[in-house]
Amino acid sequence: MLKSLKVTLATAAALGAFIASPAFAETKINALFMAQAAYSEADVRAMTDAFTKANPDISVNLEFVPYEGLHDKTVLAQGSGSGYDVVLFDVIWPAEYATNNVLVDVSSKITPEMKEGVLPGAWTTVQYDGKSYGMPWILDTKYLFYNKEILGKAGIANPPKTWDELKEQAKIIQDKGLLKTPIAWSWSQAEAAICDYATLVSAYKGDFLKDGKVAFTEGGALDALNYMVDSYKSGLTNPNSKEFLEEDVRKVFQNGDAAFALNWTYMYNMANDPKDSKVAGKVGVVPAPGVDGKSEVSAVNGSMGLGITTASKHPDEAWKYITFMTSQATQNQYAKLSLPIWTSSYEDPAVTKGQEELIKAAKLGLAAMYPRPTTPKYQEMSTALQQAIQEALLGQSSPEDALKAAADNSGL
Amino acid sequence: MSSTWLTTRAWLLMLPLLAVMIAVIGWPMIDTVRLSFTDAKLVGTEGHFVGLDNYVKMLTGNNFQRALVNTLWFSVISVTAEMVIGVLAALLLNQEFYGRTVLRALMILPWALPTIVNATLWRLIYNPEYGALNAALTQLGLISEYRSWLGEPGLAMAALIVADCWKNFPLVALIALAALQAVPRDVISASLVDGASAWNRFRYVTLPYLAGPLMVALVLRTIEAFKVFDIVWVMTRGGPANSTRTLSILVYQEAFSFQRAGSGASLALIVTLIVTLLAVAYGALVRRTAGSAA
Amino acid sequence: MERKSLLFSIFLHAAALLLALVILAPLVWLFIMSIAPAADLAAKPLKWWPSTVDLSRYASLLTRAENSAGAAFTASLVNSILVAGMASIAAILLAIPAGWAVSRTPSIGWSLVLVIGTYMLPPVALAVPLYMALAHFGMLNSVFGLALVYLTILAPFTTWLMKSGFDGIPREIEAAAMIDGAGLFQTLRIVTLPLALPVIATSALFAFLLAWDEFFYALLFTSDQRAKTLTVAIADLAGGRVSDYGLIAAAGVLAALPPVLVGLLMQRALISGLTNGGVKG
Repeated sequence: MLKSLKVTLATAAALGAFIASPAFAETKINALFMAQAAYSEADVRAMTDAFTKANPDISVNLEFVPYEGLHDKTVLAQGSGSGYDVVLFDVIWPAEYATNNVLVDVSSKITPEMKEGVLPGAWTTVQYDGKSYGMPWILDTKYLFYNKEILGKAGIANPPKTWDELKEQAKIIQDKGLLKTPIAWSWSQAEAAICDYATLVSAYKGDFLKDGKVAFTEGGALDALNYMVDSYKSGLTNPNSKEFLEEDVRKVFQNGDAAFALNWTYMYNMANDPKDSKVAGKVGVVPAPGVDGKSEVSAVNGSMGLGITTASKHPDEAWKYITFMTSQATQNQYAKLSLPIWTSSYEDPAVTKGQEELIKAAKLGLAAMYPRPTTPKYQEMSTALQQAIQEALLGQSSPEDALKAAADNSGL
Repeated sequence: MSSTWLTTRAWLLMLPLLAVMIAVIGWPMIDTVRLSFTDAKLVGTEGHFVGLDNYVKMLTGNNFQRALVNTLWFSVISVTAEMVIGVLAALLLNQEFYGRTVLRALMILPWALPTIVNATLWRLIYNPEYGALNAALTQLGLISEYRSWLGEPGLAMAALIVADCWKNFPLVALIALAALQAVPRDVISASLVDGASAWNRFRYVTLPYLAGPLMVALVLRTIEAFKVFDIVWVMTRGGPANSTRTLSILVYQEAFSFQRAGSGASLALIVTLIVTLLAVAYGALVRRTAGSAA
Repeated sequence: MERKSLLFSIFLHAAALLLALVILAPLVWLFIMSIAPAADLAAKPLKWWPSTVDLSRYASLLTRAENSAGAAFTASLVNSILVAGMASIAAILLAIPAGWAVSRTPSIGWSLVLVIGTYMLPPVALAVPLYMALAHFGMLNSVFGLALVYLTILAPFTTWLMKSGFDGIPREIEAAAMIDGAGLFQTLRIVTLPLALPVIATSALFAFLLAWDEFFYALLFTSDQRAKTLTVAIADLAGGRVSDYGLIAAAGVLAALPPVLVGLLMQRALISGLTNGGVKG
């Protein structure tokens, strides 16, 4: 009698445990994303829902911050025992994150299929010193967007192939009174300005650093800043560019107030959405132009990856989530605001359909991606350069002096 | 009851407060001092003793000097404007006119608006393309072209000051108004009988009543203005070309963006020292005005 | 009262109108932005009066659907209430005995001066050690940790207000109760605290408003929905990918509602609390 009671109790307990097990086994992971370019918040939430449906034992808390807060949030959360498990990181941070032990080295987790299938350029996003600190997720560069209707009215048949042509075409548009200031950039005192600058540096074949030493005070890097200042002073550039971030550029462009704009992939389909945009159907996109005799096209590597923090208590679940988010199936399904990292996706009609123009530009642009420098002191260097760019634009100092001051201030 | 027992009892009652204050202010302050002599990173390395290196580096760098100038500029102009506009508004509200009660109630609104909401609101107003300020000024014919309010160094600072002033002058006004209403009626009537001019009435009859409360408001506002972070963070992040980068923003960058806890701490202590000096100087001033007003 | 000339009266009303305009225009615009259709807000020339009323932003901010932007916003709303509430209560509990002690025993007044003096410390001077300590105790990204940190701001302020409040309550009343044989705590509970209730309420409100407004510590010490407060959520929203300024405005309106209501209803108490403290402090 007693025994059977025990058995019953044990069975009941086991049964209870079994019924309750999904709740007990559930692992919560926290992931940090940005609310800026590339995938929209809604996309990320939908992808995550698909993941948790496929993996009911894992739940994911999502957190979105502006790009400007992404780096600091990641670093600050490291001290917290229950910080983020998965973080989105920019191509410029692996050096610092690796040096300060923020991200887990996942080199051993990357399978040969991943290695083969992902574009080589994408891998550089997550690597430092021969090790991989995550999976590339957002493969992005700045493209030159143009308003087909305005170019048509100005009698311009083809979008610019060189930066000088851009200037000429903008002048035509301005002279015909179509727009007061035809070009919009993101030159706010922020990383966005460095991305525009780096695009031009790549066009002029300049260097940020050479052998770990500052090299941006001369040559192509100086030419690049000179171009920006010239474009600003000539009145062809929207003077508000110096307080714009990418989102402001998009807003201006899709409101029809810019003929040309430099921006990331995501603007293509957003500006083509009639719900939000006044220029839907008139959006043209080409790789950022080149410089005669130096380059055909120009591009900055603005890619981002997903990594596991060293503070994570659930690195396995985190990796599962990352592989899902970066998988070809997921990326192909959400290929409107950010293009996949997988080589074969670019031949997949499901991906290319309706955005052939973007894919065409991407093939050229992504191949030409130019890296911003890899250094653990990137944040300081970037801060100093942002100041230099703005001082030169505002005429507070010459481009040459501004860059020299930045070199002194860069911490390198 | 002996006075020693009374004092001991008072200390016992103070104890919880003092314990918490030592834990959340006293100890961190001491630790900041210790950190400021090391090259500690925010996460990871403990750091080594580096003597006065951090202080020398910070004080001689032009980042600090520019940030100090920006901060002084912001504090002096915005606090002065808040005081002047606040007193004028109080004098107005002390008069009788139609709708006075309603207006007086409305004055609390800007002050009650959270600082972050205020900063966000003004950033939208200043938006160079779709902001209300450009639209209003253009439609009124005051400017012919849209301007980049937060994109030009001088303008950006002015824009910040206006936003800060708008939020804070009503509080000064309400404090001044409360003081004005404490001025006895017969004192005013007496001065009227004496035939004193309006300015003299203000200077010799009203102002002494205002001086005390205004000094307190002045001290509080100056200290707050000197520590300004939120409004700059939301509106400009220190740009354009670092023309609005204040000391607090600089410390944040050094300690948290660049993760140099050591030099960040030294910078923070320099700021603390300046605020302390300001407060002490004001304290002396308060005692003097209090003496002369009484 | 002096007889006013017509001219002076016109001047007064004009000045009052201007003042009202200055105060109200930005606030009204904030509200209009929050209900105007997105297209109106991006129109050039700007449309001042919305063509239709669009309440969708409020709906999307206040939805609690799992894993949505609205859930993130409401979570931050709840966090703000929790943090501000806990910190205010704790601050008042510390301030009542301390304020009373200083009020009745002037010889220890210097300690209060010291405590109030901490008000001038810039948060940046405490932030690094506080960050490291919270990290050490696992209290980063926690509403409790943040509430504790908020005591650095709230406790000195409430103690100052409480002290000036107790100053206004005559000691003789307490002495009378003591003579009747009541102990200290009994006296405080039965005699002093009921009289001090208005001051306690004002101090608590002030503390709540201060905590509701705080941004810097919240920015540093919280990272996600579990502790992120409203101020940080709004700054994130304003800095992020929001093509619709109306959404930012709606979030601002929601965050401003509690303190604005408190301000309107309690104006008299708030101002007298400040000025009393100011005059006597």
